[in-house]
Amino acid sequence: MADIKTKNHLLLHVVLISFTVLATYPVLWVLALAFSGQQSVGLIDLPKDPGFIERFRSILPMPAHLSVSNFTEVWTDQDFGRWMWNSAVVSLMTTMLGVFLACTAAYAFSRFRFPGRNTGMLMFLVSQMFPGTLMLIPLFIIIVKWLELGNTYVGLVIVYATTAIPFCVWMLKGYFDTIPYDIEESALIDGASRLTIFWRIILPLAKPAIAITALFSFMTAWNEFILASIFMESELNYTAPVGLRFFVGGFSSQWGYFAAGSVIVSLPVVGLFLHLQKYLISGLTAGSVK
Amino acid sequence: MASIKFDNIGKSYGETEIIKNLNFGVNDGEFMVFVGPSGCGKSTVLRMIAGLETITSGEIRIGDRVVNNVHPKDRDIAMVFQSYALYPHMNVYDNIAFGLKIRKMPDAEIRKRVKDAADLLGLDKLLDRKPKALSGGQRQRVALGRAIVRNPSVFLFDEPLSNLDAELRVQMRAEISKLQHRLNTTTVYVTHDQVEAMTMGQRIAVLRPCTDNPLDTNLMQCGSPMDLYDRPDNIFVARFIGTPRMNVLPARLSDDGTEVELFGGRMPVSDQFREAALRMRGREVMLGIRPEHIGAAHEVDWRLTQPLQGQVEMVELLGHEAILHFKVGDHVLTGRLASHGRLPTPGDTITMQLKCEAIHLFDPVTELRLR
Ligand SMILES: Nc1ncnc2c1ncn2[C@@H]1O[C@H](COP(=O)(O)OP(=O)(O)OP(=O)(O)O)[C@@H](O)[C@H]1O
Ligand SMILES: [Mg+2]
Repeated sequence: MADIKTKNHLLLHVVLISFTVLATYPVLWVLALAFSGQQSVGLIDLPKDPGFIERFRSILPMPAHLSVSNFTEVWTDQDFGRWMWNSAVVSLMTTMLGVFLACTAAYAFSRFRFPGRNTGMLMFLVSQMFPGTLMLIPLFIIIVKWLELGNTYVGLVIVYATTAIPFCVWMLKGYFDTIPYDIEESALIDGASRLTIFWRIILPLAKPAIAITALFSFMTAWNEFILASIFMESELNYTAPVGLRFFVGGFSSQWGYFAAGSVIVSLPVVGLFLHLQKYLISGLTAGSVK
Repeated sequence: MASIKFDNIGKSYGETEIIKNLNFGVNDGEFMVFVGPSGCGKSTVLRMIAGLETITSGEIRIGDRVVNNVHPKDRDIAMVFQSYALYPHMNVYDNIAFGLKIRKMPDAEIRKRVKDAADLLGLDKLLDRKPKALSGGQRQRVALGRAIVRNPSVFLFDEPLSNLDAELRVQMRAEISKLQHRLNTTTVYVTHDQVEAMTMGQRIAVLRPCTDNPLDTNLMQCGSPMDLYDRPDNIFVARFIGTPRMNVLPARLSDDGTEVELFGGRMPVSDQFREAALRMRGREVMLGIRPEHIGAAHEVDWRLTQPLQGQVEMVELLGHEAILHFKVGDHVLTGRLASHGRLPTPGDTITMQLKCEAIHLFDPVTELRLR
């Protein structure tokens, strides 16, 4: 009895550990590359006739020596700082625009009954079902050819915000629906206008959902590569993901810079997540209605 | 302060009519209670006064003003919701002050009013708490405080005590009555608990779900508690007001119209029904008699009584008295016994006395009181 239990436990742990290794291995490899101070993918030089130990060593994500030179050089020798700045501007603008539009739209969808309400929600869902690349050419024509917003922040922000909004609206509407309507009626009688209710009652209560939405909008813009690489022609206007790709493009293979850049790029998202985490608490409406 | 007037009010959701032909008024400074069974439209009427529900037909006036199309915030009313509906992200102080801040009252004045209300309601120690950290009764009082600081011309309450335990309910009942008495603000109070209605209301409006008849109305009767109790306008009110419920039995008026025949016995018709009984002589009527007017011979000293012999079905012991259910013919009647004597047991044959002056007579078809 106890034996079978131990065996099952062991098996479970072997499986779990394998998956953990599988998930973290690439990340560790990137970290190792970033701190290796070199540009090649191989971390150690294999001798002509490698033994087992050496072969094994070569697949371990352990640099031969530690150095932060890759980190300093991407900032000093390359345009990486500029790209980060571009990404930051585009992502923050996307977040603000996306969250603002999604909140107002979701509130209307949640609280008002108007013709086309259900269809509208459905269309948002449908728009999420097309693969992004399908939109590439139409978006290029609209943004670059018609609006002539190629190579600008605004062009990217518009595209990112519109792609992020449908998900955000669904997310927020679902949350608004859980806020008892009594609270709003009570505020209405207290003399508040719709706008006041929205700002002072609904938004504070919807903080968890807004935090998620903000994070999602930010990441949509921050991580996006394909659209940015097409819209941003001049090297100075690259966003960070496009810039990273530049390190390992056709003529260069600066894997060290690439890895260091990737680590740096991931930091703001981690930071933002940790910051927003404090809003991700449940039970904000507790105690209002019985 | 203001009176409220309903002028032929109707309300439908699509095809279904919920409220019909509602005509009556609440006087300035009056404590009016709406009672009725669940689903009869009490909340709907209240919400129409508040402006949270559109009015399908008719006019509602608050003071001299028709308010059909007036925004809730401009009606100068305060409402306490069945669910309290506190602002969960604000502390007690801000919950109470919210309506005043919105109206841009000076800070000093807000502080003073909130403090006064908090003192009155015993919330002064809780001002920094969030609603989450309050008990049901305390939340209830915050909701009350939020209404009174505004000093509105009308208070609306929608079953504010229905979620409290029995003891707290009695206590809050008294507090609300006292408060209303002191502020002398026109109040409409909705409840489905007729004890609450009887103890709190200066006047009571009894509502009922309306039927398809176009002339029908939800309002069954509107009057003082004792009016409703002593002179119910119809069988619905007779049975709704008073616990245990009134006994209602078929009876017959004698051919000369001076006596009522019940279970073979005869009782004189009391003065108030004399004329009507004469008109309906020889016809079937419905006879209503309250349980406290059916008692044991040795316990009561009524002048004119009518003996009723039946079989005991059940005895409910309440301590100071016992409620006796006994069967006469096909009808189960409810009577009252002092519980200190020897109590009968189910199956016993018992003779009870009916107080003849206390009978109510109703028309069996229209169910209206004979008059
Ligand atoms: N949006 C709606 N659409 C259709 N019918 C509705 C709607 N809202 C309420 N009703 C109906 O109106 C009637 C009156 O509802 P109301 O809430 O006023 O009852 P109530 O007397 O307050 O009952 P309770 O004592 O249970 O609170 C009910 O029969 C209800 O089903
Ligand atoms: Mg109700």
